[in-house]
Amino acid sequence: MGIFPFLVVAWVMVVGLYGIITSRDLIHQIVCLIVVQSSTYVLLLGVGYVTGGAAPYFFDIPLHTKAVDPVVQALALTDVVVEAAVTALLLSFAIQAQKRFGTLDPTELAEFKG
Amino acid sequence: MTPRQRLWFFAVAAAGLVACYLWAFAGLPGFGGYPGPYGQEILRVAVRQTNATGVVSAINFDYRGFDTVGEEFILFAAAAGMSVVLRKLREERETEPADEAGSRTVPPSSSAVRVAALLMVGPTAVLGWWLASHAQTSPSGGFQGGVILASAFILIYLAGEFLSFRRLSPDALLDAVEAAGAGGFVAIGLAAIAMNLPYLDNFLPLGTIPGAVSSSGTIALISFFVGIEVAAAFTAIVGELLDQTLLRSA
Repeated sequence: MGIFPFLVVAWVMVVGLYGIITSRDLIHQIVCLIVVQSSTYVLLLGVGYVTGGAAPYFFDIPLHTKAVDPVVQALALTDVVVEAAVTALLLSFAIQAQKRFGTLDPTELAEFKG
Repeated sequence: MTPRQRLWFFAVAAAGLVACYLWAFAGLPGFGGYPGPYGQEILRVAVRQTNATGVVSAINFDYRGFDTVGEEFILFAAAAGMSVVLRKLREERETEPADEAGSRTVPPSSSAVRVAALLMVGPTAVLGWWLASHAQTSPSGGFQGGVILASAFILIYLAGEFLSFRRLSPDALLDAVEAAGAGGFVAIGLAAIAMNLPYLDNFLPLGTIPGAVSSSGTIALISFFVGIEVAAAFTAIVGELLDQTLLRSA
């Protein structure tokens, strides 16, 4: 395994960035941003993994069972919430762009600016 | 810049980024060998200190509860920001939902879809409520439960009842619930200060059995407040987006 999960992180992030660069539609671009952010979940959970560790919930496993790091899992939760908030705001900006300029194409939208 | 030039520019930048990334990863402890002392220390003491068997919730709502206040207000601010960005503009007015292309025949949504969606409303609401109120025992919590609670409302819309969706979630009610959820979290922290304890200190009785719903003191209470705040915020966000379909430029 070694470095493999971190290669996945780099791959997911670069694929998302490629999507943002080449996108011709704001909604598609927002989805690509979600893909970029997904790479941070993989990174957080990958960093905190402990070989053979259980989930950090001691409801039905004995206390002091070896478990994965719960701190990065809490951070991943924060990450998800922030992503939901960012996505909601970006979607509302996309709606306003469509209303004002009648297009969702970023290259066409760039022409409206001075 | 032509799209082609931009792609080349991106290829060079991405190659540099990936190189730096891999260089950084080479210095990380191998996958599965995380040596961070903080997480292991919390695993050792959390259940004893809080009587919560869900250590992730114990971290979110107790150890780093102050961060989670900020996290909750990010969502609060996003919902508020959305209603500002999507406010009714001067040249817009709200229209009654009407078929704008009368010549086009729209197949009505099938009864199977409508019945399935309506049947799922109840179980979804119960599941969301259960998750929001069991943060202290199992992998759940206010954020997850709140989103599922909100999706119970969205199922009503899916069942083809846009007007019922809006009637069940009037803006005034959503605003009040959202404010109560966000304010409740802050108030719990202030209550601790009033008792001469640090902000958000766990001042409620912890119960006797780890993992019981009544255990874990303020963790369960904060998770409940977060749950209703998140449910209201997401219902408001979806409602804002759906309302846009009723706005027309005059």
